[in-house]
Amino acid sequence: MSKTNIDEINRNIYDIKNKDEYEFKIKKGLTPEIIEEISKQKNDPDWMKEFRLKALEVYNKLELPTWGPDLSELNMDEISTYVKPQSKLNNSWEEVPEDIKNTFDKLGIPEAEKTSLAGVGAQYDSEVVYHSMKEDLIKQGVIYTDMETAVREYPELVKEHFMKCVPIHDHKFVALHGAVWSGGSFVYVPKNVHVDIPLQSYFRLNSPESGQFEHTLIIVEEGASLHFIEGCSAPKYNKVNLHAGCVELYVKDNAYLRYSTIENWSKNMLNLNTKKAICGKNAQIDWVSGSFGSKISMLYPMSILNGEGAKTEFTGISFAGAGQNLDNGFKVVHNAPNTSSVVNAKSISKNGGKCTYRSLVKINENAKGSKSSVSCESLMLDDKSISDTIPTSDIRTDDVEFSHEAKIGKISDKTIFYLMSRGLSEEDAKAMIVRGFAYPISKELPIEYAVEMNNLINLELEGSIG
Amino acid sequence: MVLGKSTTANAILNNPEYIKTKGTINFEEEDITNMKTDEISRKGIFMSFQLPEEIPGVTVTNFLKYAKNKVTGKPVKIFEFKEELTKYMSELNINSKNMERSLNVGFSGGEKKKNEILQMLILNPKLAILDETDSGLDVDAIKTVSKGIEMFKNENNAILIITHNTKILNSLKVDYVHVLINGKIVKTGNQELAKEIEENGYAVYK
Repeated sequence: MSKTNIDEINRNIYDIKNKDEYEFKIKKGLTPEIIEEISKQKNDPDWMKEFRLKALEVYNKLELPTWGPDLSELNMDEISTYVKPQSKLNNSWEEVPEDIKNTFDKLGIPEAEKTSLAGVGAQYDSEVVYHSMKEDLIKQGVIYTDMETAVREYPELVKEHFMKCVPIHDHKFVALHGAVWSGGSFVYVPKNVHVDIPLQSYFRLNSPESGQFEHTLIIVEEGASLHFIEGCSAPKYNKVNLHAGCVELYVKDNAYLRYSTIENWSKNMLNLNTKKAICGKNAQIDWVSGSFGSKISMLYPMSILNGEGAKTEFTGISFAGAGQNLDNGFKVVHNAPNTSSVVNAKSISKNGGKCTYRSLVKINENAKGSKSSVSCESLMLDDKSISDTIPTSDIRTDDVEFSHEAKIGKISDKTIFYLMSRGLSEEDAKAMIVRGFAYPISKELPIEYAVEMNNLINLELEGSIG
Repeated sequence: MVLGKSTTANAILNNPEYIKTKGTINFEEEDITNMKTDEISRKGIFMSFQLPEEIPGVTVTNFLKYAKNKVTGKPVKIFEFKEELTKYMSELNINSKNMERSLNVGFSGGEKKKNEILQMLILNPKLAILDETDSGLDVDAIKTVSKGIEMFKNENNAILIITHNTKILNSLKVDYVHVLINGKIVKTGNQELAKEIEENGYAVYK
């Protein structure tokens, strides 16, 4: 019987490499001098410069994680942590330099902005090159800007929240982020304002042997709501690139935030990202996450439910091909009565790819009447691929409802035969099964992202029979 | 009438789980013995399954549209398709809500079989092989399935009904009845033969 080889994800669009041109690229490595130089280049206020240097000290003291994927190939002496593109921050695409604009055009960002977004931010290497938001939101007091502008123009808001949700002592890569962070987005939604159309920030890393360390800080005030979308990608190089972003989300009482991510880093990327949300009374944070790229990913968004009745939902999918080790998951801490969490995680692995679902559900003693339900499902497309589930639960009260369900599956020959008897080729059949498996996640994404995700899952016909 | 389970049907469709040691299968003067299943499907052969597979996340409507496109090689005209679908669904007493459910997921035995008949009607093959489509169905469901088969039947197509019991033949007019035992056709007749078997059983042929 002939076996079918399913090709890698078609990455043509993502692999557009522009020339490594920049206005300034910091020399490789991490020293106090390098940090001071970055700070100078960025015109930091003094408090931020001090903060960076302190974070570097913490970074040097902390050890690499002793669990999860092997990170020994990461050598910070080989990474430039700051690459300033040849562009200032613009609020019109016409002013963005041609090759950078072309890249975002091909990624469909300006088009999506016209049709389905209320605001867009676009970062190229270490700096944001484009930011814009609809007029009516500005009038309602919504702030959506790059992080640097926020540090300058809203210092009180930034000081109160910046790296308070994710403190620099959390782990080594958070400390690194604190030292070299650059770019990212700042969003402030005032009390009772509903942003009905999503805002989107797109992060593109073009420069080889470099890192991207964008910082996203979102504050949704009481009774307000927002849908924020984050997209990221990079072309493939032979040497390691590093992404250690940080996302801090404050969802105040009765507020709602939906945070969607489509991550499609290239296969030389180490994606060591940290995301955390703090929820007030009856607030809700929903995460939707698609993780396709990167060589190694360690990504565990976390919801801290501090207010009574707070809720969180996590819906995520990982897709690992040859050479990829995606160690993803979700963490939730129930810190107040009647809080609830729902997790629906899926993974697909093929060609020897490895997907791990690693999670934590912590329900503290005071969180009486809380509910948590976790479901994870993995699909392996061949015998070489690996799927693992490592759930941890720490439940300190009896008055809870908790359930965990895990399923691991393969595509059966019977199912393929059934679909082939309806005219589908073997590749079409597998692609349909995989798309169907991913559907509960893709239906949660904005339509253009659902389409993009289906394209990513598109299993190619070429090079089939072996 | 055929006894011999699904081997014949699966061999025609070239199910890789079945190994053919000798002989050839011709369809419209073309040797299809070793064609891939999807090619055979595109030649116009359809098989309804005893146990249709479940495909989570793919709605019946989307599946039918996709399969029709693959079988015909032409883009599906949405309006025409919808009209056709609505007509067949009402004939087969299929709840329109089922169309937005995942294919066969959580369907009862009867719903799955009716869905197979719906697929046959939509894909409109030249030869439909119905593999024990009537097994496990109650009288009403058998009537509905028979109605679907009657609707499908015309001058230009052929239907091969595989069954152990003659109930479905009471409500269908068939041209030939073949008795297959241990891989050989031991008797061929017309509808009368079905009646004989109903009265006397298969013992006489063994």
